[in-house]
Amino acid sequence: MKSNRPPIANFFPRDRSWHPKAYTPDYKTSILRSPSRALVAFGNSVSETSGPAFGHEIIGPLDNDLILNFAQPGMSAIGERIMVQGRVLDERGQPVPGVLIEFWQANAGGRYRHKKDGYLAPLDPNFGGCGRTLSGDDGAYAFRTVRPGPYPWPNGPNEWRPAHIHFSVFGHGFAQRLITQMYFEGDPLISRCPIVRTINDDRAVGQLTARLDMEASAPMDALTYRFDIVLRGSRSTLFENRMEGN
Amino acid sequence: MATPIERPLYPVKESASQTAGPYVHIGLTPNFCGITGVYDTDLGATMVTDQTKGERITLEGRVFDGGGYLLTDALVEIWQADADGIYHQTAESDFSGWGRAPAHAETGIFRFETVKPGRVAFPDGRMQAPHINVWIAARGINLGLNTRIYFDDEAEANAADPVLGRIEHRDRVTTLIARRDGNSYIHDIHLQGPQETVFFDI
Ligand SMILES: [Fe+2]
Repeated sequence: MKSNRPPIANFFPRDRSWHPKAYTPDYKTSILRSPSRALVAFGNSVSETSGPAFGHEIIGPLDNDLILNFAQPGMSAIGERIMVQGRVLDERGQPVPGVLIEFWQANAGGRYRHKKDGYLAPLDPNFGGCGRTLSGDDGAYAFRTVRPGPYPWPNGPNEWRPAHIHFSVFGHGFAQRLITQMYFEGDPLISRCPIVRTINDDRAVGQLTARLDMEASAPMDALTYRFDIVLRGSRSTLFENRMEGN
Repeated sequence: MATPIERPLYPVKESASQTAGPYVHIGLTPNFCGITGVYDTDLGATMVTDQTKGERITLEGRVFDGGGYLLTDALVEIWQADADGIYHQTAESDFSGWGRAPAHAETGIFRFETVKPGRVAFPDGRMQAPHINVWIAARGINLGLNTRIYFDDEAEANAADPVLGRIEHRDRVTTLIARRDGNSYIHDIHLQGPQETVFFDI
């Protein structure tokens, strides 16, 4: 394997009772999109423990600034200015450095820049709704955006998504690949949402709920929300750490 | 002496997955959706360069739900070895091995221009048949689905493949095998139903 990364041993098995099940009928779209046959399990091979690497050359200077990255010169996106900061960790609590994190969201009114989103709320001509960054050596990442609005969706007669930001995260192995959503603490729509409720354990929902961090906020500029992301860990993570100093 | 140890009693839990939702394309393939000017190109749209060694192939297919309906909002990612059976886990390479494709808004077709992968070893030393690792995200999929694509002109290697060998119901093996048509391989994925594709817990 050609790699600038150490070889990785098997990942810890995924806890599939912690993740949402595939078939969650209160979230109606899952009914026909959920496999009904048992998943076939096998121990990881290099096909699963290896994964793509992304370098800083793909990241533009505004990629982590959704307030400016689609805006006309001199303009900025409308809405409540926020920063999202956190770390990418593995299940051992170790930082996961150098991995790509992508995010997308509705604008401050709850409208996505997508042809199929016909919500009444207007598009913001200065807001595209996507961004990306790489985690640092300590697993840290940060980006700036506007707080997305909640929006209605046609699952039930009066169903609203809580405000959320979609996250896509790479690890070092393809088996760590993860897409999830970040919610905002205190949002009364969280506990009412059928998509949130595909998760059975309140602690797992709590882990997806960003906390307001006043100390990290920028006075007279933007509030900060803290959101750590945890990827699957592997035995070799510990092995490498133990090797230090030998 | 360094010794791998067992998982600790109180591990940090993996962040729970949530569906990619209906608008995953604006996040991960924004240029495809007409959001231009943020990124020069969509990541994973190009896998090969003029320098890439190996047989050029096109891989294309569609994703269907349990009612036989076409998904036009799916996102498909692939990860594969190069023609020599080597995974390139580095950003500096003539072959990334990783591709990302949105399902087309009308036809639902996902397409990758890549090279046919070589064989890579299984941990026990047996050789795996040439294969492409696949990950699928979409609205209605709560946790990304892992599957593989093998090739119908590799019957001998497929018969000895240790992963295909794990599939108890042998008639389901065909759900993982792409059909060659010229320089293309065609491979549809069925999320549910009588033709349900084999998905893996990896
Ligand atoms: Fe959303």
